[in-house]
Amino acid sequence: MIDRRLIEHFDWVLLSLTLVLGGIGILTIYSAANANVDIAGAKGLVHLKQSYWFAIGTGVMILMALFSYRWLNRLALPIYVFSIGLLVAVLFVGKEVSGSQRWLDLGPVSFQPSELVKVSIVIILARYFSRGASEEGFSLIELWKPLIWTLIPFALIVKQPDLGTSLIVLLIAGSVCMFVKIERRTLIGLTGVVIAGSAGAWFFLKGYQKQRILTFLDPQGDPLGAGYHIIQSKIAVGSGLLFGKGFLKGTQNALSFLPEQHTDFIFSVLAEEWGFLGAAAIILLYVLVVIWGLAIAARSKEPFGTILAVGLTSMIFWQTFINLAMALALLPVVGVPLPLISYGGSSMLVSMGAIGILLNISMRRFLFKE
Amino acid sequence: MGSYLHTVDSDWYRQRVSGVLICILAAFLILLVRLYYLQIIEGPEFRRRSQNNCVRLRSIPPPRGLIFDRNGVLVVENRPCFNISIVPRDAKDPKVVVHKLAELLDISHETLFARIDEVVGIRSFKPVLLRRDVSRDVVAITEAHKLDLPGIMISVGSTRHYLNGKQASHVLGYLGEISGEELKKGSFPDNRSGDFIGKFGVEKAYEPFFFGKRGEQQIEVNALGQLSRILRTEEAIPGNNIHLTLDIELQRKAEALLSGKVGTALAMDPSNGHILAMASSPAFDPNAFVEGMTYESWNDLASNEFRPMENKAIQGQYPPASTYKIVTAMAGLEEGVITEDFKVFCPGYLRYGNRTFRCWKRGGHGFMNIIDGLAQSCDVFFYQLGDKLGVDRLARYAKLCGLGLPTGVNLDKEAKGLVPTSGWKLGRMGVPWQGGETLSVAIGQSFDLVTPIQMLSLISAVANGGTRFKPLVVSRIESSGGSLVKKEEPVPMGRLPASKKTLQMIKRGLIDVVNKRTGTGWIARIPGIAVAGKTGTAQVVRMQEDNKEKSEESILLHHRDHAWFIAFAPSEEPKVAVAVLIEHGGHGSTAAGPIAREMIKTYLGNYGIEGLRN
Repeated sequence: MIDRRLIEHFDWVLLSLTLVLGGIGILTIYSAANANVDIAGAKGLVHLKQSYWFAIGTGVMILMALFSYRWLNRLALPIYVFSIGLLVAVLFVGKEVSGSQRWLDLGPVSFQPSELVKVSIVIILARYFSRGASEEGFSLIELWKPLIWTLIPFALIVKQPDLGTSLIVLLIAGSVCMFVKIERRTLIGLTGVVIAGSAGAWFFLKGYQKQRILTFLDPQGDPLGAGYHIIQSKIAVGSGLLFGKGFLKGTQNALSFLPEQHTDFIFSVLAEEWGFLGAAAIILLYVLVVIWGLAIAARSKEPFGTILAVGLTSMIFWQTFINLAMALALLPVVGVPLPLISYGGSSMLVSMGAIGILLNISMRRFLFKE
Repeated sequence: MGSYLHTVDSDWYRQRVSGVLICILAAFLILLVRLYYLQIIEGPEFRRRSQNNCVRLRSIPPPRGLIFDRNGVLVVENRPCFNISIVPRDAKDPKVVVHKLAELLDISHETLFARIDEVVGIRSFKPVLLRRDVSRDVVAITEAHKLDLPGIMISVGSTRHYLNGKQASHVLGYLGEISGEELKKGSFPDNRSGDFIGKFGVEKAYEPFFFGKRGEQQIEVNALGQLSRILRTEEAIPGNNIHLTLDIELQRKAEALLSGKVGTALAMDPSNGHILAMASSPAFDPNAFVEGMTYESWNDLASNEFRPMENKAIQGQYPPASTYKIVTAMAGLEEGVITEDFKVFCPGYLRYGNRTFRCWKRGGHGFMNIIDGLAQSCDVFFYQLGDKLGVDRLARYAKLCGLGLPTGVNLDKEAKGLVPTSGWKLGRMGVPWQGGETLSVAIGQSFDLVTPIQMLSLISAVANGGTRFKPLVVSRIESSGGSLVKKEEPVPMGRLPASKKTLQMIKRGLIDVVNKRTGTGWIARIPGIAVAGKTGTAQVVRMQEDNKEKSEESILLHHRDHAWFIAFAPSEEPKVAVAVLIEHGGHGSTAAGPIAREMIKTYLGNYGIEGLRN
């Protein structure tokens, strides 16, 4: 039944990288929760929960590699519509957690549909662009459909409100468009629109969001207010020095100075305990994952596979980059999880699902003729 | 390389991928450089700042919501208190510090130290509460030895204060410290160890409303871990205030009437199900739970033979006795088994098979119809009626009257009682139903079990024309600023299985109970007010083994009957319904009747019903 070539061409490197990162995540979450009784106490043993999610994620990853990914091409529209449907549902029946409505309550677990949209948008864009790429690039007339497909989930996620995830969706879609090339004058025009749009968006941001950006630009201006978290994250990372303070020995972590230390700021905990050597090693692991993803894109022999692989890789890249840049105080605080490491079921399942699709494209690259 | 205008090939894509790769590598390089800058170049400075650790975040627990009665009288508040905590990490050696503190305060150090271990471990920066609500003397001693006690801090907190001690304690409930298990289960996401949460009564049922939003404070501490400066405070938001349906004056009256007795007295507004009073005797003092109860005093409460921790109004299950005749009468009239004209001759007993079933009145009642049967509580009349109905038909009516199921009052541990059927007995005991048992069930003895609140709900429904309301103990919830958070609307649970005519007939019987000299409840009459009611005297059959271990006096007490009285008034436009049960009180009329009468008088008197002035 299963073509032997599929097994021969299975991408063990990507699989190993994924498992190593997931394992590091569980250890770090253990440390973050161990030092802080409120995380461990109120939410149960979070590292155990993360282990369960990791196990389920591994299952999802394998599942996503089993069938030929060309099915995704055929089913692109239904998948997209389904994920948008979930986003709409969240607006009406979503569970509200600290002021924003992002979660669908599914009995014992809750799910963030915005995570799923990150993948479904890539699939539908890959389907569209794989049919008509040209060396001149796409013109504005050809781009209106992808624009609408992107703006619908963007608007829905902004409404939740979840600024971080909505920006990620824009960045992923933008990356795919850039990859398949856009006509020069269209590109210049769109860039202008985006710049004007961001300036205009300033007036629509909520108070706390504006504050975050202002604070980011000048953290010392309000060191005990909103700038506090940025400074604390810098202290946590910086105090790790070359070798770190050691596993479970981070003091910034123990003081729970860091907000969301087991989710969005998990890298600060890691850098504090493992130092420059450890933190740089983690960054290199992510570099390897991304290089691998791009290699899969380059080796795929048909456009849909290539564009899909680039899109999924860009999803992992952007989340990693924005999360790390935030922990290193290079970007304002936006809630973006670190793929495979941050605590959270939805993010874990979607990241591992995306890697499953990459494995899928990789192992089927020999099934197509040039 | 295909250089046709509109087609691209793999090579073209490969070139694009290389472009992407270069961008991405550049981005990661920026991160690595930044990491190097923070950890290696600026690292030593950050390390120094992290070791200082002089700035801490401290959480401010929100004041718990207050409780008011239906007229806005404050019933439960918070009062300030001093707490002693320790930050284990600041103490350097917490064991030594705790020893010193224990010595100074003359308390056992093991119990103190156990708390640290239990809650966080000795390396924590999180303060651990050692003693709550200490006296001013203790504060003074601790402050004086501040320098010998690194890591120890005194903070001002607040503690629950039940203004009237035992009053309404079964409705209000009590608080207890949240347990590790409760924290782990995740049903209290906003709570932390050391918090007090509701464990019983309204305090428990409305817990999510009572807890506000935690505040946060950034503080600077000195080398001993003691507060030197407050940098920033984000105030806590107090919890919501709860307005009860209870009328605290009526509650006080009910409790006074019950004093020295074991039992319960409750009142309801028949028009909406609002519980006006719910007294259960003996009671407990909820203040004892927050002040810290010793093991012994808890044991005393838990093992007391009169069960002070039990809310007898909803947890106590008793044979309904003659109050059940309302249900039997309803079933008989509705099923067409009897009519108003139907008469039974009561010679004081009924022969059934080879058994004799006695009427409570040995000499007999003579000819009885349904109205007289109710008024004089003639057992023989209802034996016959029960026999005609059969146990299962009777059970159907009992269930439609709300018996055998919890009333749904929003309080913990409500019992559901028991409505026996032939199927139930066969399943439970393996023997078929006996005809004679139906006779006992028809007068509310034998297997029948009800809770006082079920009977209150039933008599209220008779009073208001047939609607069974869910009993409510809370009318509305308001934010600390006074805006409405939630209003508890009356919830109709169903209608009594009775026509207007049937209810009218039952009402006539109940009026005669109190207002005719031959009625069993004559003692409960109030001049100028038409009270309608029903007495009940429940036989208590106790197992022999049970009695052996008890003293002579208590055997006698335990052999006495339970006394019931359920009533409403004024009969035409009912404003209040009451149910009274006195355990081992003797006769319903003499033991429970006067209590019901006084409660009605108090309530109607307070609301200016005419005719009560003199």
